[in-house]
Amino acid sequence: MYKTFAKIKVNVNEEGYLTDFNQWTKEIGTEIAKEQKIEMTDKNWKVIDYIHDKFKKEEALSIRGIKKSGVVDIKEFYQLFPGGPLKKATMIAGVPKPKSCI
Amino acid sequence: MKNLVILGAGTAGTMMANHLVSKLKEDIWKITIIDQYKTHYYQPGFLFLPFDIYTTKQVKKSGKEFIPKEVNYIQEKIEQIIPDKNEIILDNSKRLNYDILIIATGTKIAPEETEGMTGPMWHKNIFDFYTYEGAKALRNKFREWEGGKLVIHITEMPIKCPVAPLEFAFLADSYFKNEGIRDKVDITYVTPLDGAFTKPKATEALHYLLEEKGIKEVTDFNIERVDYENNKIIDYEDTEIDYDLLVTVPTNMGDSLIERSGLGDDLNFVPTNKATLQTTANENIFALGDCTNLPTSKAGSVAHFEAEILTENILRYIEGKKLKEEFDGHANCFIETGNGKALLIDFNYTQEPVEGSFPFPGVGPLSLLKESRINHMGKMAFKWIYWNMLIKGMHIPFVSATMTKRGKKLN
Repeated sequence: MYKTFAKIKVNVNEEGYLTDFNQWTKEIGTEIAKEQKIEMTDKNWKVIDYIHDKFKKEEALSIRGIKKSGVVDIKEFYQLFPGGPLKKATMIAGVPKPKSCI
Repeated sequence: MKNLVILGAGTAGTMMANHLVSKLKEDIWKITIIDQYKTHYYQPGFLFLPFDIYTTKQVKKSGKEFIPKEVNYIQEKIEQIIPDKNEIILDNSKRLNYDILIIATGTKIAPEETEGMTGPMWHKNIFDFYTYEGAKALRNKFREWEGGKLVIHITEMPIKCPVAPLEFAFLADSYFKNEGIRDKVDITYVTPLDGAFTKPKATEALHYLLEEKGIKEVTDFNIERVDYENNKIIDYEDTEIDYDLLVTVPTNMGDSLIERSGLGDDLNFVPTNKATLQTTANENIFALGDCTNLPTSKAGSVAHFEAEILTENILRYIEGKKLKEEFDGHANCFIETGNGKALLIDFNYTQEPVEGSFPFPGVGPLSLLKESRINHMGKMAFKWIYWNMLIKGMHIPFVSATMTKRGKKLN
């Protein structure tokens, strides 16, 4: 499946998550955020940087990890990405959604 | 003499001891395994204990039975690992040196991480079923419970055996039907993820199970606290869910030994190379089983596949050869769906569970991602396989350590 963000065609899965992180750019992230009705502030991008760091180290993402990250506290995380923050932040970051095994 | 030390005599550690005892030259290598507990639990059985399907006797044996006699078995609490000195300090201040260390200290529930969970109602109307004590206490509660709101809840990921809470919900549906009080029990499944099933193919194939069993689903629920006075769980968006009986899977964390030794991540899991099983911090320390931070399921089958690959890599490490980058995250899990049926899933880091046949492509006899009675028989037979083959480090015939794509319906 393909989708076009910021005039760039990228591979996405059924739910709109990028399937190849190498295709991600900040412009694409901004466009995905717009679709999710989220306006990206510096604070939002700091969270995205943190998610990228975890993704590159192949470490699992969790709400607790966010809490311990020192980037934001959880209430703030909900304010920055309202309505399922982990799900939305990972989509904007261009990384897979946190999953169970089935 | 050189020393190879294994920390933890659970599923993964016991398997490694059994593998290595026949592979390492006994005039050169002394193998030691350390664990403070005397009992070896059949952890998959904790799922069945609350429903009186297994007895307490069926899920525990003496750990000693499964440690080869050539292996030095120390029953002592481990205080600290000091990687710079290749040294282990035990609780009794005794010190032990190692040339190679294998960490297999598993994962534990940490209910104290959530406010109100371990308050006065813990094991009264708030239960876990990931410990022997929790599963047994819940069994006693179920025996007298007359119905109400049953909430099955996952605190946060990752958890050991990620499908167990779903299996619990399915078995609860069957159990209360058999008890004749299903109409008095309201079952709700609460998850921090965006669905009970989160992978697209599994959702498509399996969502009917929740619908047909009348199990309600609450998703994206990240718990902030348990209000045990008013029997509610409350999340960070102030969503409230009422319960009469809360069965929760608390936060899972690695052993506190890992934290004391400075070897863990946020959750005390050990950062480990996902293909070689060498820890990222020290080249003579390896890790397998639930204690690692690998992005695969924390499950016995995973430990079994890892043990086969790690054994080879330990031998290569000793010979000074390059480690094999072979582990692919392979997991193979039976999922009870109630009423004497089960599913089977087989997957790895990159391949999500799909339909197919297993272990013989096109033949089976087990079917993947589909309910069947024979899958349930497989799950029940697994207890025998566990005690008699798996922890003894025996290869399970026709099932390879890495996942095969043969017999799977791939697009």
